[in-house]
Amino acid sequence: MSLVPPRSGGPRPNVPVVLDGEEVSAYEGETILALARRVGTDIPTLCYLDGLSIHGGCRLCMVEVAGDSRLPLACATPVTAEMEIRTDTTALRNHRRRVIELLFAEGNHICATCVSSGACELQDLAATNGVDHIHYALEFPRTDVDATHPKYVLDRERCVLCTRCVRVCDEVEGAHVWDIAHRGNSSTLVAELGKPWGEASSCTWCGKCVLVCPTGALSFKGRSTGEMRHDPDVIEFLTRLRDEGEWVDRQEVSS
Amino acid sequence: MAGPIDLDHVTSLEREARSRYTHRALVCSSTACLSAGAAGVRSTLEADVAAAERSDEVQVVASGCPGLCSRGPLVRVESRGQQPTLYEHVDEAAASTIAQQHLIEHRDQAEVDVVDPELPFYAKQVQVVLANAGRIDPDRLEDYVAAGGYHALESALRTMTPDGVIDEIDASGLRGRGGAGYPTARKWRLLHAAQAGPGGDKYVIANGDEGDPGAYMDRTIMDSDPHRVLEGMALAAYATGASKGYVYVRAEYPLAIERLERAIRAAKRAKLLGRSVLGFEFAFDVEIRVGAGAFVCGEETALMASIEGRRGLPELRPPYPTERGLWGQPTMINNVETLANVPAIIRDGAAAFAAVGTAESRGTKVFALAGSLQNTGLIEVPMGISLREIVDEMGGGIPDGHRFKAAQTGGPSGGCIPEHYLDTPVDYEHLQQLGSMMGSGGLVVMDDTVSMPEVARFYMEFCRDESCGKCAPCRVGTVKMYDFLDRICRGVGRPRDLWHLENLCKTVRATSLCGLGQSAPNPVFSTLDHFRDEYLALLRDESLAAPAPHGVANSDALPNLRGDT
Repeated sequence: MSLVPPRSGGPRPNVPVVLDGEEVSAYEGETILALARRVGTDIPTLCYLDGLSIHGGCRLCMVEVAGDSRLPLACATPVTAEMEIRTDTTALRNHRRRVIELLFAEGNHICATCVSSGACELQDLAATNGVDHIHYALEFPRTDVDATHPKYVLDRERCVLCTRCVRVCDEVEGAHVWDIAHRGNSSTLVAELGKPWGEASSCTWCGKCVLVCPTGALSFKGRSTGEMRHDPDVIEFLTRLRDEGEWVDRQEVSS
Repeated sequence: MAGPIDLDHVTSLEREARSRYTHRALVCSSTACLSAGAAGVRSTLEADVAAAERSDEVQVVASGCPGLCSRGPLVRVESRGQQPTLYEHVDEAAASTIAQQHLIEHRDQAEVDVVDPELPFYAKQVQVVLANAGRIDPDRLEDYVAAGGYHALESALRTMTPDGVIDEIDASGLRGRGGAGYPTARKWRLLHAAQAGPGGDKYVIANGDEGDPGAYMDRTIMDSDPHRVLEGMALAAYATGASKGYVYVRAEYPLAIERLERAIRAAKRAKLLGRSVLGFEFAFDVEIRVGAGAFVCGEETALMASIEGRRGLPELRPPYPTERGLWGQPTMINNVETLANVPAIIRDGAAAFAAVGTAESRGTKVFALAGSLQNTGLIEVPMGISLREIVDEMGGGIPDGHRFKAAQTGGPSGGCIPEHYLDTPVDYEHLQQLGSMMGSGGLVVMDDTVSMPEVARFYMEFCRDESCGKCAPCRVGTVKMYDFLDRICRGVGRPRDLWHLENLCKTVRATSLCGLGQSAPNPVFSTLDHFRDEYLALLRDESLAAPAPHGVANSDALPNLRGDT
């Protein structure tokens, strides 16, 4: 499920769809998210990442589809002919804002002390979705920072449980170091069934989990406030290379 | 190797054996009566009968559940040429009296309290699914066969095509008893049409992961009449082309697991399961999978993940299980009670089944009556019966001079129904209109001492503890909704808390991944709809009800205490 447009000479988009009141053409089987990004409509996402399987946990990319009482996820729903999609209604904006507020309330997202400040997708989501206030009591969880790995650090208080790291390690690197332990509010990211990361012998030190982390939960050791830069787009590059044997111009992909 | 079981032969042998006994004493050995001391009652009866050297005239049986749990332990005595007697609150002393007076001295009735046979709790029931519960030994295949069991399977294999079986289910109007009421035949047709991958199987799963607080319908069906579930599964498998079945039972039901295991073993030995069921060209095998205590595993995709040995997390749908389910193969999941209806439909015909109930909701529904009632336990009622009949007549009304306040149906996904809706007929559509739902069949009655915000808080606490954590709105939203409810219940809530609570409820309902999160706000909505005054009375400082517009950060509307935002 790639968001990169097919190469020239391939099939042309021929599925008529109405996106936010405008008639556009989608490819057969294209997801709503892929279509929206291709035509320049912004739909917020958090757990979604090009090149990884669909998780569907952050719920931020939900859209309204005429005739559907639920709110389908743009990342997981293929377009159908004549589909009428709305990506930015008052109801959607309110729902998204509240879900983002919940994510903030759940962790300790203190931007002023965070390595990823300025390059954090949660911070970006707050800014672009009008979150200027958290209406819910903050949880202030106290969890240990795992700095046992020689190269990387895990700060669970900044984790939004998007499982990008879990999926990239399993699906791209093939190591499956990470998984989620416990459930509900106690859900927590663990390495090798709960070992300190530094003792996890399955870890290949590849660092993909750190590159894809949307927040400051996973970072390179030694970075100070605001110094961390992630690179989630590299996964699209790697999986295209793996699956299609093709080098993608990364400038073109990210533009 | 022995051939398949001859059902008619077993039935006549069983009748003959039974005719040799003058009395058959059935001691309820289901969960509630066992914990009230039924095991001691049974051994007392057996010992007394043996001491009087009447063991060849009196049969003592460990039976399933006759339903009236609040008066347990229950002992049913069937005597030759006489209406059965149901003794209540039987302890070991009473058991000796029953043994001496009724079983040995052949009196019509021992001097022990009995349940009035005209009691509305029983008189108003129509028993299809529970027809054998409390009347047979669940551990004996022969008992089930003698009560007409497995005859439906045999006649379907002999005379009906798979399509014919589905048509019969379709004509009966049977809908899913797990709560949502999806037409059963429609699901079966989807699986029937689906193709398994090369070398793959199609699967039928019986969902016995009953988790609503106060609900134990499926548990009782499984521990009182396990073969009925197996026969229903076999019929479903034959109709849909499935070759493998799983019964998914929660670990908290050890008795149901034990009896199902025994039933599966007996059915395999009798060739009612296996490579060639009853000698026909139809292969079907059943295995039990025991859950590990997560409520969310009652959700179809999470249940399948759990069977596969993965974390029990719900997944995005589509694809639906009938397209891609267990191990990627087409799979159908039916509730235990749904499957338990199937043998009766095939045996007695769709018309007999459809004659009971309402136009949209055919047949019966089993409810677990709990809460402030004189009589609590398990009842099976025709669809369309009014809540008032269930509460006032069958339940015997509210004890201790209290008044009825609300009936909660549907567990943490359902809602509370106030008194002025008591005449509503109980069926899928009507309960939904009231902001509640049929659910799996839990029915908790609350009296006027109960605070409705506290009820909402209780169910929210349940959802918070059972949220799997996969999606953000449910994982964090249930915590925050609980926080607001807790503040309100403790008397420190502000009007603003109520306003945020309602908005959050809307978001969690609209945005959660699976049914657990989507329905978690239902108890809040329904108590707010019907008992808003109780919330308002608990709020602190009414003067804050209308803050100045500039005093609210980034809000989509001002607090509106009437709830019409």
